[in-house]
Amino acid sequence: MEHGSWLTGSLVYLAAAVLAVPIAKALGLGSIIGYLAAGILIGPWGLKFVTDPQDMLHFAEFGVVLMLFLVGLELEPRRLWALRRPIFGWGSVQLFGSAALMCGAAVLLGVDWRLALVASLGLAMSSTAIGLGVMAERNLMATTSGQSVLSVMLLQDVAAIPILALVPLLAVSTEHAQGGGWLGAAKAVGVIALIVLGGRLLLRPALRWIARSKTPEIFTAASLLLVVATAALMQSVGLSMALGAFLAGVLLAESEYRRELETDIEPFKGLLLGLFFIAVGMSIDFAVVLAQPLLVAGIVLGFLVVKGVVLWAMGRTMPIPLAERPPFIILLAQGGEFGFVVFQTAAGAGVIDAPTSSLLVAAVALSMLLTPLVLLLSDRWWAARLAARALDPQLDEISEPQHAPVIIAGFGRYGQIVGRLLYANGLAATVLEHDAEQVEAVRRFGWPVFYGDAARLDLLRTAGADKARVMVLAIDDIEQSVEVAKLVREHFPRMTVVARARNVTHYYELRNLGVEIIERETLDAALMSGRSVLELLGFERHQARTLALRFRRHNVAQLEVMRPHFGDEAKLIAIAKQGRQQLEELFAQEREAARQRTERAGWGGQDGAQSDEDPATPR
Amino acid sequence: MPEPHPSPGAASAEVLVLVAHPQMEQSRANRTLMRAAGEVAAASQGRLEVRDLYALYPDYLIDVAAEQALLARAKLVVWQHPVHWYSMPPLMKLWLDEVLAFGWAYGPGGTALQGKDLWLAASTGGPEDSYRPDSYNRYFFDAFLPPYEQTAALCGMRFLPPLMLHGAHRVGQAAIEAHARIYAERLAAYPEWPELAELAECVACEVPATARPATEPEGA
Repeated sequence: MEHGSWLTGSLVYLAAAVLAVPIAKALGLGSIIGYLAAGILIGPWGLKFVTDPQDMLHFAEFGVVLMLFLVGLELEPRRLWALRRPIFGWGSVQLFGSAALMCGAAVLLGVDWRLALVASLGLAMSSTAIGLGVMAERNLMATTSGQSVLSVMLLQDVAAIPILALVPLLAVSTEHAQGGGWLGAAKAVGVIALIVLGGRLLLRPALRWIARSKTPEIFTAASLLLVVATAALMQSVGLSMALGAFLAGVLLAESEYRRELETDIEPFKGLLLGLFFIAVGMSIDFAVVLAQPLLVAGIVLGFLVVKGVVLWAMGRTMPIPLAERPPFIILLAQGGEFGFVVFQTAAGAGVIDAPTSSLLVAAVALSMLLTPLVLLLSDRWWAARLAARALDPQLDEISEPQHAPVIIAGFGRYGQIVGRLLYANGLAATVLEHDAEQVEAVRRFGWPVFYGDAARLDLLRTAGADKARVMVLAIDDIEQSVEVAKLVREHFPRMTVVARARNVTHYYELRNLGVEIIERETLDAALMSGRSVLELLGFERHQARTLALRFRRHNVAQLEVMRPHFGDEAKLIAIAKQGRQQLEELFAQEREAARQRTERAGWGGQDGAQSDEDPATPR
Repeated sequence: MPEPHPSPGAASAEVLVLVAHPQMEQSRANRTLMRAAGEVAAASQGRLEVRDLYALYPDYLIDVAAEQALLARAKLVVWQHPVHWYSMPPLMKLWLDEVLAFGWAYGPGGTALQGKDLWLAASTGGPEDSYRPDSYNRYFFDAFLPPYEQTAALCGMRFLPPLMLHGAHRVGQAAIEAHARIYAERLAAYPEWPELAELAECVACEVPATARPATEPEGA
C-alpha cells in the first residue's frame, strides 16, 4: 500500500465491513457473504477503491493463521490424538480421493500431468476460514459433521506441507526451481521439529516470565508475537503459516495461559478474518472470468461435483446423520485459501503459468463466494426433503401401522427415560422422533420408530394413535410440543397425554389444552438437589425427603391455583407471594408443633424413650 | 397421576373405610372387599367413603390435616387390611403414627376420636387352624388383637368385634364373595347392628399428666 493511503485504506475497509456485514446478516445471508460482497464492491471490479488486492490478501491471510492458532488452543494433544483416525483416515480419503479423480479427469482432457496434479491438489483443499466460520455461526462445532469437517480440514493443513514441498519438486525439470526440492523438504521437517520442541520446552517458561510483568498489553503483544513468529518461521521454509500456528496452539492447549491467549487473540482474529474475506472478494479477477466465463464455470462446477461425490460417499459411510450431510458436503466441496497458496507457489515455481493460476484462483474464490449461498438453498430444500422423506413409504423410514399401547413423541433424554422404563417392564411403545441420528440409535434397541414430525396427523395415525392409550409428549421444542398436544386433543381425545413441560409457561399452555398429566422437567431434579442440600445442612435423610415431597405437593397445587390467572402477571406475582407465605407458615407451624410434641411427650433428647413403647401409655 | 388432593370439608362421611394393601392388584380377598365397600359407598350418597391409602399416598406422604378432618366427622372408622407379620401393613401404621397425633387423638386435649367406633376387617394368609397353640402360629388369633384394642381405647373409641377372613390365599372365590357380602351389608346397615346394644360404651383411658416427665404443668 502506498504511503499516506493507510488511513484511506482503513477507512474503506472498515466502512465496507460495517455496512455490508449487517446488511447481509439482516438478509439472512451470514457475515461471510457480507465480507465477500464488501470485497467485490470496493475491489478493482467494483468501485475501484482498492486496485491491488494481492497485498491485502497476504496481510489478511493472517486472520486464517490466528484462527488456526485458536483452533489449536481448543485441541489438547490428547484430543488430537483421539481424532487421529478421522483426520488421517477420512481426511486422506477426501483430499487424495478428490485430487486423484480430478487429476485423472484433467489428464484425460489433455492437460499436462504436472499442471493437472498441482491444480487438483489445490482444488481439493477447502476453506478452513469459511468452514469454521459457518460452523461457529450455526453452532455445528460439536456435532458429528462439525467434528468430521474439522478433521478433514486439519488433514488438509497437514497435507499442505508435503504438497507445498512437492510443488518445487515438480518444477525441478524447469529453470525456475526454487531452493531445491529435497533441501526444502528437509528444512520443512527441521522447522516443524523446532516449533514442537521449542513449544514444549521454551514457550511456557517464556509466557510465565512475560505474565509476571503484569502488563496486560505486553501479554497481548507476546501472544501476537508468538503467532507471527511461528507463522514467519513456517513461511521462511515455504510451509503453511496456518499449520505452524495450529501447532503452536496445540502445544499451548494444556497450558495455564490458554484462556488468556484466547481472549487476547480473539478480536484480532475476527477482524483479520473479515479482512481476509474482503480480500478474497476483491481478488476475484472478473477479467479472467468474463473472458472465459464457460471455462471458469466449468472448472467451478467440475471440481464441486467431483468433490461433492467423494464427500457424499464419505458421508454415507462415516456415518454422518442425514440432516447434517448437506453442510458437511458443501463446506468441504468448496475451494479454499490453501488453494491460493498452492497456485501462487506453483506459479512462482513455474509449474503453472500466470493466466492459468488466476483462472484457478478465480474459480476457487467463486466457489467460496457460492458456499454460503448454496448452504442457504440446501437448508430450504433439504429440510423439505427430510420432511417428505419421513412420509415416503419407499424409504423404510416408516413401517406398517403400529399397535403399541403407548406412543412416545420425542426420544431425547426425557422420552428415552420414559421409554426405557416401559421397556424394562416388558411394555411396547411406538416412538416418533424428528432427529435422524436419534432414530438410528433408537432402532438398535428394537423400538418401532417413526422418523418424522409428530405434528403430522397422518403420521400419528400410522403410529397407531387411534388405538393407543397413552401419548408421551416429550418433544424438546415448546411450540412443537403444544402443537402436537392440540392435534392429539382434537383428533384422538381418547388418548391420555402424559406431557413433559419445559417450564411453567409450557405447563400452562399444555394444561389449557386439557392435558392433565404434566411433569415439569426441572421440578424433580431440582427437588432432589434441594433435598441433598437439606441433608447437608443437617436434616435427617428421611425428613429431608418428606420436606421435599411436601414442598412438591404444595408447589403443584399452587400452580393449579394460579392457572386461571395465567397471563396476568401482577395477579400471578401476588398469588405466588401469598402461596410462598402460606407454605412458610405451614412449615413453621409444623416445626413448632413438632417441637412442642417432643417437649410435652417428654422426648426431649431422652435416649430411646419413644422406641418401643408409647410414653403416653399409662402403666 | 395428579397429586392426591384429599379435600377436607367436601366429604362428611359417617363411615370411613380405610383400606391398606401394598399390592392391591394381587389381592383376591381385599380387592373384593374393597369393591364391595365401594358399591356401598356409591349408593350411600356420601354417607360412606372408601379411601385406598396406598393409592392415595403411593410415596408415603400422608396429608395429616385432610385425614384428621375426615376422621373428625366420621362415626365409624373401618380399617381394612391384610395381616402382615401379625400386624398392619406399613403405610397404615404410618397413618396411625402421623394422624392419631398426641394432643389430638390421645393425651391432654386429645379428644377428637372419642365416642367413635373402630371396626377391623382383616384377612390372614394362614388358615384359622394355624392360629392355635399346636400349630405354627402358636397363638389364637385373638392374641394379636390387644394392640388394636388398646389403640382404640387410648383414643376413647369403641373397638367392635373384628370381621376376619382366614386363609385368604386358599379360600374359594365363592367364599370370598360371601364374605364380601356380609361386609357390605354391615357397612350399609351401620349403626343398626344387633350386637352394638350389647357392647359396653367406650372405655375411656385418661392419660394422667404424671405419666410423662412433663416440663410444664399440664391440665389433663
